[in-house]
Amino acid sequence: MTQPLLEVHDLVMHFPVGGGMFSKPAGVVRAIDGVSFNIRKGETLGLVGESGCGKTTTGRCILQLERPTSGRIVFEGIDMVTLDAAELRAVRRRVQVIFQDPYSSLNPRMTVGQILEEPLKVHRLVRDKGERELRVRDLLVQVGLLPQHAGRYPHQLSGGQRQRVGIARALAMEPALIVCDEPVSALDVSIQAQIINLLEELQARLGLTYLFIAHDLSVVRHISDRVAVMYLGKIVELADRNALYEEPLHPYTRALLSAVPIPDPKIEAKRERTVLRGEVPSPLNPPTGCVFHPRCPIAVDRCSAEIPPLREIRPGHWVACHLA
Amino acid sequence: MPAVAGWARRAWDHDLAWSFRHSPVALLAAFLTLVCIGGAVLAPWVAPQNPYDSATLSLSDGFTPPAWTEKGTRKYLLGTDDQGRDVLSTILYGARISLGVGLASVLFSALLGVSLGLVSGYLGGRLDAFIMRVADIQLSFPAILIALLIDGTARIALPREAHDALALYVLVVAIGLSKWVDYARTVRGSTLVEKGKDYVQAARVIGRRPLAIMVHHVLPNAMGPVLVIATINIATAIITEATLSFLGVGVPPTQPSLGTLIRVGNDFLISGEWWISLFPGAALVLLVLAVNLLGDWLRDALNPRLR
Repeated sequence: MTQPLLEVHDLVMHFPVGGGMFSKPAGVVRAIDGVSFNIRKGETLGLVGESGCGKTTTGRCILQLERPTSGRIVFEGIDMVTLDAAELRAVRRRVQVIFQDPYSSLNPRMTVGQILEEPLKVHRLVRDKGERELRVRDLLVQVGLLPQHAGRYPHQLSGGQRQRVGIARALAMEPALIVCDEPVSALDVSIQAQIINLLEELQARLGLTYLFIAHDLSVVRHISDRVAVMYLGKIVELADRNALYEEPLHPYTRALLSAVPIPDPKIEAKRERTVLRGEVPSPLNPPTGCVFHPRCPIAVDRCSAEIPPLREIRPGHWVACHLA
Repeated sequence: MPAVAGWARRAWDHDLAWSFRHSPVALLAAFLTLVCIGGAVLAPWVAPQNPYDSATLSLSDGFTPPAWTEKGTRKYLLGTDDQGRDVLSTILYGARISLGVGLASVLFSALLGVSLGLVSGYLGGRLDAFIMRVADIQLSFPAILIALLIDGTARIALPREAHDALALYVLVVAIGLSKWVDYARTVRGSTLVEKGKDYVQAARVIGRRPLAIMVHHVLPNAMGPVLVIATINIATAIITEATLSFLGVGVPPTQPSLGTLIRVGNDFLISGEWWISLFPGAALVLLVLAVNLLGDWLRDALNPRLR
């Protein structure tokens, strides 16, 4: 097995809430509470979970947009958490991002050309102005846009085109890892397929590695090699795509999958669905033991007392459940 | 050349230009502002006389009423003051000082306020809390009082010989410092909004330094309201300057602004020489009104909800 490109060890991110200039914070939101996973070079790891489970925060920690409370994020053998600002800038080139909202991810006052030139200038990748223009044209073509789009402003483009510009900006740095933070959930379904295909094509051509954060399970199934399921700041199950979708071992994963509609009314009418009771507990005050136990259909006494560790139950199939 | 033509074409087609062409108030205000600025800038060439060149003055012409009254002469259209200076010429020269001080102090306060607001909003934390508390304290005093206070302190601090030479600069700083809060608060607000948007996060991921992000990404997107405040504040600054000069603490008597002229004329109001004070006052009203109308139009034109 090859050395993983990214290793996340016991990542914890707590946000203090409340409190002002003179008062102590009123509590902490446990956005991420001990998350560990690896991403191998060239693979796509899907990260799914409902809103508020900490998947976006995990991505932001990997991008070093947030300083994690504790834990290590080792990228190409370097722990990014310990780096100072100058060292971080060098690593930044290799880790890029594609955002969810194509309307706020591009500066409305810059042309597409200026947006794509910025990373080239900042990292002095291409010093010559003429060459820079060539590189911008090349990037535009790579993501399926036309060279003349360089002169346009973001508001002159459609949502799908803007998202392509966002992808081109990430590619400009020639990164190894791209954190895709719900890159298609703001797009039209027909455009979603185009963007997903583009991402797959780029991965095959450039050998990219993706952390694909999403809540749409069918999109994740399509693009991912392995999938991690998060619930309330913890990973509850992590497995190869097929193993996870065909034989989910964690009751939360089973409930999630049973909520995915099947585009066949006959099967849809017959199949059994697991409907979860209640709401997601507040990350301000998570339940004791297994965070899922108050909603779990199969919970036993042990679940409320003991935190289940993430165990490798079958080769490559990790589950955090006492009963799995 | 095609680039220039294209630029001109785009400027003409811009929403703002369209709104300008279709707003009679804006056109009138722009015309009046241009007349005022033109008169002020070109004063040495268009004024009938140089009122501060004592060689051209004759005391015997003092207190001549405006040309259309019985005792008026065509030589002095708006009459003369106690020393025989042509009122029209003093107004043109005075508007020069008033406009200059107004523009310079707005520039100064905008520069200061925008920088502080930007840094405050982007960096946040204790610095933000400190800057905003200072702003709150300053807001609890009237601007004119702040300006008076700074002007007075500077007068005591500076050597006596330097007073007249530096008076204009002190005035600009005093008025500027009394108004920076407007810009700082507005820019801080827009900065907080822009800072949360993904394009700023993307710039951070690219590896741009905080200062570069502030200047290249946040600032251009936070400047819209600043333009409006600055335009309206030009009028306020001119009024503040006139008030200070009227109170006798503003510009030195050797370089009278419109406010100084009104104060000088004020002494003769009771004795019947109304024109010495009335015409500079009318000029001030006209100037301030024109700039204000322009500012109001700009505010409405840039507000998408009012379009």
